[in-house]
Amino acid sequence: MVTKAATPVMPVDQTPKLNYLNNGHGLKSWLLTTDHKRIALLYLVSVSIFFFIGGIFAMLIRLELLTPEGDLLSADGYNKAFTQHGMIMVFFFLIPVVPAILGNFLVPLMIGAKDLAFPRINLLSWYLYITAGIIFLHCMLNGGVDTGWTFYSPFSTEYTNTNIVEAGIAVFIAGFSSIFTGLNFIVTVHRMRAPGMTWDRLPLFIWANYATSLIMILGTPVIAITIVLVAVERLFHLGIFDPHLGGDPLLFQHLFWFYSHPAVYIMILPSMGVISELIACFARKRIFGYKFVAISSMAIAVFGFLVWAHHMFVAGISLYAAMIFSFLSFSVGVPSAVKVFNWTATLYKASITYATPMLYAFGFIGLFTIGGLTGLMLATIGIDVHVTDTYFVVAHFHYVMVGGVLMGYLGGLHFWWPKITGRMYPEAWAKLSAMFVFFGFNLTFFPQFILGYLGMPRRYWQYPPEFQVLNVLSTAGASILAVGYLLPMIYLLWSLRYGPIADANPWNAAGLEWKTSSPPPTFNFDETPVVTWEAYNYDEIPEKELEAPVAR
Amino acid sequence: MHDSRAIPAPASTTTTQVATADHEEHNPALLHHFADAQQQKNAASLGMWLFLVTEIMFFGGMFCAYLIYRLQHFNAFAAGSQQLNIWMGAINTAVLIVSSVTVVLAVKAAEVGKRKLLTGYLVVTVLLGMTFLVVKGFEYKEKFEKHHVPGPTFNFTDKFDDNGKQIPVNSKEAELFFSLYFAMTGMHALHMIIGCGLFGTLAVLAWKGHYTPSYFTPIENAGLYWHLVDIIWIYLFPLLYLISRHS
Repeated sequence: MVTKAATPVMPVDQTPKLNYLNNGHGLKSWLLTTDHKRIALLYLVSVSIFFFIGGIFAMLIRLELLTPEGDLLSADGYNKAFTQHGMIMVFFFLIPVVPAILGNFLVPLMIGAKDLAFPRINLLSWYLYITAGIIFLHCMLNGGVDTGWTFYSPFSTEYTNTNIVEAGIAVFIAGFSSIFTGLNFIVTVHRMRAPGMTWDRLPLFIWANYATSLIMILGTPVIAITIVLVAVERLFHLGIFDPHLGGDPLLFQHLFWFYSHPAVYIMILPSMGVISELIACFARKRIFGYKFVAISSMAIAVFGFLVWAHHMFVAGISLYAAMIFSFLSFSVGVPSAVKVFNWTATLYKASITYATPMLYAFGFIGLFTIGGLTGLMLATIGIDVHVTDTYFVVAHFHYVMVGGVLMGYLGGLHFWWPKITGRMYPEAWAKLSAMFVFFGFNLTFFPQFILGYLGMPRRYWQYPPEFQVLNVLSTAGASILAVGYLLPMIYLLWSLRYGPIADANPWNAAGLEWKTSSPPPTFNFDETPVVTWEAYNYDEIPEKELEAPVAR
Repeated sequence: MHDSRAIPAPASTTTTQVATADHEEHNPALLHHFADAQQQKNAASLGMWLFLVTEIMFFGGMFCAYLIYRLQHFNAFAAGSQQLNIWMGAINTAVLIVSSVTVVLAVKAAEVGKRKLLTGYLVVTVLLGMTFLVVKGFEYKEKFEKHHVPGPTFNFTDKFDDNGKQIPVNSKEAELFFSLYFAMTGMHALHMIIGCGLFGTLAVLAWKGHYTPSYFTPIENAGLYWHLVDIIWIYLFPLLYLISRHS
């Protein structure tokens, strides 16, 4: 590559340093920014708001299920509550959370670029997200949707009288936000790497986001056209999925899950990338089997596209198709296990620091393992037929989605908080809330495995009285979990003003993002870095006594 | 008031000026975060190809539905296909192929820096695109007149093949064929409309001298988009109009 053109001349000796946060003030400088770091913060605020709204619906569901009778919500209200919970959490929280916040902030920093390849498309993708969110909130306030987040036809296309089309438009637009993020990441990783940043030196977070982006651009268009077909079916009576018009509802399920199963890898892969960074830093070792962990991300992205029909074992697909999809679903377990085993092997004989991000990483490994192994149980046709549409399935995917994605996100948010804000978070409070999250989470969702195995169906607002004890445990756990999520909102905001000032590299970590100041300048690096070292070269980094915030 | 933030507002004006001055030294088309024009061009081109991939997946959903339903309801699809106007379809195919040629010529004109020629080819492309849409409009009109538009007024009974033999056709299945016909050609037409808007904008910018032999990436990338939309039609035409015709 030719020598880089002159980097913007920054007055480096000036203290305090000019950074992306104070380079430009006022609402306009934020709403019209093309700086990937500022857009990440826009996402941080908006995604957090949707997480809060989705969480309120979760609490409504748990409160309704506190008693066997349907007393808090009407049956219809309950249907709407779990639908809004699912749609908000899936499309407006889980899918954008790690790529759009941490990915947006870190991808250019980690590869030594000044910005993403298409900064304006990046901003456009945030505006699409916000537009979709506002449309969805409007739909919600006008009565919401009661189909479940899956939009299954023919209920969605013919029978329900709720506003499917509006919710569909919101999901369609949010999908394009996600496509643009993915497209931007792929081009950035291909074209914007700093000199010397070869593919086998890329941080595993980058590999994970690259694999995620591939799923985003290959899968999301399929859900987009599926939703368009549902909408035109409702509006113009084109009978693509409606059996009365000759259509086939199974085709809807195939097209829907062709995206929506890979979508769970859109959610979990970036968090896996975060965990690789956290483990390497707090174990002070190169990740065991770097190449295998990197390639396992790609393998998950590829295999993830071949397993969708395991959601349809009882929907009437042929037994032979079910067997093939069962086998393929098992095979996704291989690259996932490669990651878990390699993280564990990295910990072997390592000098481990139990800082908050590492606690979340440990939480991730444990919870993801339970979520993943129960996934293998569900890939077994015999077990799946028994527990289909029960709380066992609900518990399984919450272990992966909440136990996995959220643990990774919170761990990453704490880890990079000093880089993002220039301030340390309060370590004691953070550890306390990590404990709340871990125990609250297990208390919420472990009883649901048992409930499901005993036969309690999902999406019902009433249940037989013998299930009450486990449901009370679950609701109690959800309250603890809620405290665990509210605490970081409070102390992270507090730390913006009162937190100890962080230096460029408070964790003594190896990534390129730690070689620039905290918070970074607008163009990330004062001079374009030249990379001459391998990723996670912790054996070459001299030990430094970590500052007070980290308890050893 | 005591300000406890670490970073009081600095003299940010100086840096802004420095950055701006730095920016102006470059090729005006070169954005600040790229090292050079080649990197910018490569990024834009890769981005466009990835976007085309998403378009293929987008239409792929409908092609998949077509494939499955054609296997399930073959007779109805054959009968429905015979009701399409093959001549209008063929004319439109020819129009689009010619428009792809004018797009290639436009890119070539941009490469050698012939401003008027470039504008001319872009305008001709827009006109050809509009011709396609007008012909498509007449085709849709014919469908309305024959009650072949899915919905309450749909009517498809007593169809005969070329030898006057009655084809047993389930009206609902035929309706499905026309549902797919309208969904696929409608989505394609929407892409044509976007393409015409895009090329119209490019024509204005080209006339104003926006593109030089050292910078014409938008022409190339818009050309890629136009070719893809053409190729989708090249698949739609045989699938919908031709392959079930004499069966």
